[in-house]
Amino acid sequence: MTGPSTADIGRVFREEYGRAVAVLTRVLGDIDLAEDAVQDAFSTAVERWPGEGVPPSPAGWIITTARRRAIDRARREAARPVKHAEADLLHPVSGVAFDPEAVDSPGIPDDRLRLIFTCCHPALAPRSRVALTLRLLGGLTTAQIARVFLVPEATMAQRISRAKRKIRDARIPFRIPSPDEFPERLDAVRSVLYLVYTEGHTTSTGPELADTDLCAEAVRLARLLDGLVPGEPETTGLLALMLLGESRRPARTGRGGELVLLADQDRSRWDRALIDEGQALVRHTLRWNRPGPYQIQAAIAAVHAEAPAFEDTDWAQIVALYDLLMAADPTPVVALHRAVALAEVEGPAVALGIVDRLDLEPYHVFHAVRADLLARLGRITEACETYATATARTANTIERAHLLRRRDELRGSLR
Amino acid sequence: MAQYLLSIYQPDGEPPSPEFLEPIMKKVEAWQNEIQEAGIRVFSGGLHPPDTATVVRTDEGRTVTTDGPYIEGKEHLGGFDVIDVPDLDEALKWARGLSDATTLPIEVRPLAFGSCAG
Repeated sequence: MTGPSTADIGRVFREEYGRAVAVLTRVLGDIDLAEDAVQDAFSTAVERWPGEGVPPSPAGWIITTARRRAIDRARREAARPVKHAEADLLHPVSGVAFDPEAVDSPGIPDDRLRLIFTCCHPALAPRSRVALTLRLLGGLTTAQIARVFLVPEATMAQRISRAKRKIRDARIPFRIPSPDEFPERLDAVRSVLYLVYTEGHTTSTGPELADTDLCAEAVRLARLLDGLVPGEPETTGLLALMLLGESRRPARTGRGGELVLLADQDRSRWDRALIDEGQALVRHTLRWNRPGPYQIQAAIAAVHAEAPAFEDTDWAQIVALYDLLMAADPTPVVALHRAVALAEVEGPAVALGIVDRLDLEPYHVFHAVRADLLARLGRITEACETYATATARTANTIERAHLLRRRDELRGSLR
Repeated sequence: MAQYLLSIYQPDGEPPSPEFLEPIMKKVEAWQNEIQEAGIRVFSGGLHPPDTATVVRTDEGRTVTTDGPYIEGKEHLGGFDVIDVPDLDEALKWARGLSDATTLPIEVRPLAFGSCAG
């Protein structure tokens, strides 16, 4: 029998880190102590598992080891007078028996759910919510999160530690919200997961079009939330939206890594298994008959997924869904996407009339859409200028290259 | 349990008409009664307008006294409550009630420590 590889332990880390931190946070009453203890336990695992093999319940082993380490550490530090005050800050939830086996028992509220609600608490700044969620539930390092947000590691470290300090000093509770605040709080969690996904789908900056790890993490957390709080159509809708987005990923870039738009994608490269799962979830949400923005967006993605070719797309259906989405979430960005669909039904002139009234000057997609509509109307010079404007407003290298290529193609057509 | 300062921020200038204020004052009174009955009140206070404030600074034994509030602005602290509750969610719940009663924004801030006379 061969021991686990570093990659195997890495996988356990990714899957179990959030659960371990969540359990230890409940037991110890402090996020920092919980994180230190869990990291200690994983260091021990890296030393021991290759020789001894992976224990039958890796999560249970990590949690038991982490708890023992935390107790050792607390004893050591309590012996020092300066640290005594710090030990007083601990307020473990009393009366909760610790049972490492209970981590897999059904019917017991999952500690990860408490942790998600703590990380996504409305009293924290939205940017901090995303960072904390990636850190505590996703197990991403501060350096990785800093790279996602393109800030120096020191800045991200400060943002995370400030958020943790607020959780401790303001006593943001580690608990599942009461029924009356549940809908609002669940919305906050979903919007964090959606932000994680959209940033992964098309990174704000950098040489890669997408951050596949970040997308995978968003999907994993959405799946977790959908499992922990079942019967919430918007959560299921969000998960479906992510899966349908992921299904197109293999076709979103060409041989040279260049961006390929929906119209030009080789649909045989779409991931059928993800489409099937996403569509099944969309059908499932319809049964609740409680539509919301994520479900409608997922339904739009599902209509695209059904079309064997771009020309076969049921645009009337998509426009109708965008009308619903506008009613639920009347933002300029939704209006922009609706106009793109409307162009396929009523032509580019009608769509441009709508787009021109939108106040989205800083958003590169707004200019890219305008440029495309202008080109289709034969206003080539204006289209070229507008592609240049769009290019100036995105820092994603692949998107920039795509926009410049479109402009150059148009210029070529003038000659 | 933890203590939180709930600060009520009021716009400066002429106070609203009595007809406007009367229903608000009734609601605030009801809220005050609620925190009293819930046994979470530590201290409550309402302030005279900011133009009654005086700022004192000392610099190496020299005292400088100036008229008016310390912070320039169009809104100032108008009143405050200190409550003792288990956690932030509980404090925010009470703050929502106070905001609803006063129609004003409420800042919720945890106390690091505190002491009372007697």
